[in-house]
Amino acid sequence: MKHKEISLIAENDTIIALAGNPNTGKSTLFNMLTGLRQHTGNWPGKTVFQAKGSFIYKGKKYVLVDLPGTYSLLASSVEEKIARDFICFGRPDATVVVLDATCLERNLNLALQVMEISERIIVCINLIDEARRKHLDVDTGKLSETLGMPVVATAARNGEGLAELLKVISEVVAGNCRPKPKTVRYSPEIEKAVAKLKPKIKNLLGDQVNPRWIALRLLEGDTSIEPYIKKIMKNKVRKAKLREVLA
Amino acid sequence: MKEMSLKNMPEGSAGLVKRITTQGMVRRRLMDLGLVPGSRVEVVRRSPLGDPVAYKIRGAIIALREEETDRVIVKPFI
Repeated sequence: MKHKEISLIAENDTIIALAGNPNTGKSTLFNMLTGLRQHTGNWPGKTVFQAKGSFIYKGKKYVLVDLPGTYSLLASSVEEKIARDFICFGRPDATVVVLDATCLERNLNLALQVMEISERIIVCINLIDEARRKHLDVDTGKLSETLGMPVVATAARNGEGLAELLKVISEVVAGNCRPKPKTVRYSPEIEKAVAKLKPKIKNLLGDQVNPRWIALRLLEGDTSIEPYIKKIMKNKVRKAKLREVLA
Repeated sequence: MKEMSLKNMPEGSAGLVKRITTQGMVRRRLMDLGLVPGSRVEVVRRSPLGDPVAYKIRGAIIALREEETDRVIVKPFI
């Protein structure tokens, strides 16, 4: 199930989402990769803009979606909801989490939250030139090992690291590189409840969504995911009925 | 200096977050913004009407309302 707005994009297009805190240079990265050929699309009924653009890499077309900058994916604001819904239910082929190299501690929180939803993630440590100026040295190899995901350092405004980023994106999309994000573990009580819920959710919703993430949201009492769950279930019933008719 | 709620910290002062006295989504949101125990927080500027107030938290300036900062217990540096 592609997100409503995104269904305008051709079904076989490869979709890459850009997520990150505000002011991490997501849009700069977006403009550098798409060559400013972006047209901003207004989300239905919302005042928040979401930019969409495309680029060609090694003969393959990629559609890049610039999500609003957020500090978390809890859907407590319109921006957060858009970003979260897109990553979770829009099912991009890969999500690039853009982090500010000078503020990693703050930024990594969002990376962890994206890791809980999706597996196909690339961490982009942007503003690496700024970090160097502040004598901050980011060990991307160690970070990649700790998170279980590819990490690329970039300075989007002068193009540094973009070739490497494109290469990693294409590898993740093609399945040549499979990120294995480390799972965030909660207290035994929560893990027990998750273990109980997970198979039921999987049974109900199939592989459309990450069952662990849905279980955690349900335990948290987050009702904002309800419409999506209903939609997925309805689609499932419809498909099953169609099969019955065809059989 | 004694612990106090972030709401009562004067402009220009700073301290360390001790705990958050609320549960659920508000607690989670405050923590996502960087207000976890041990974080340094600085009161940058008050808006003309006194609410919201801008705080510097882990390298970002974030505006928070009284109803949120009332729930954050801080130990001021001085």
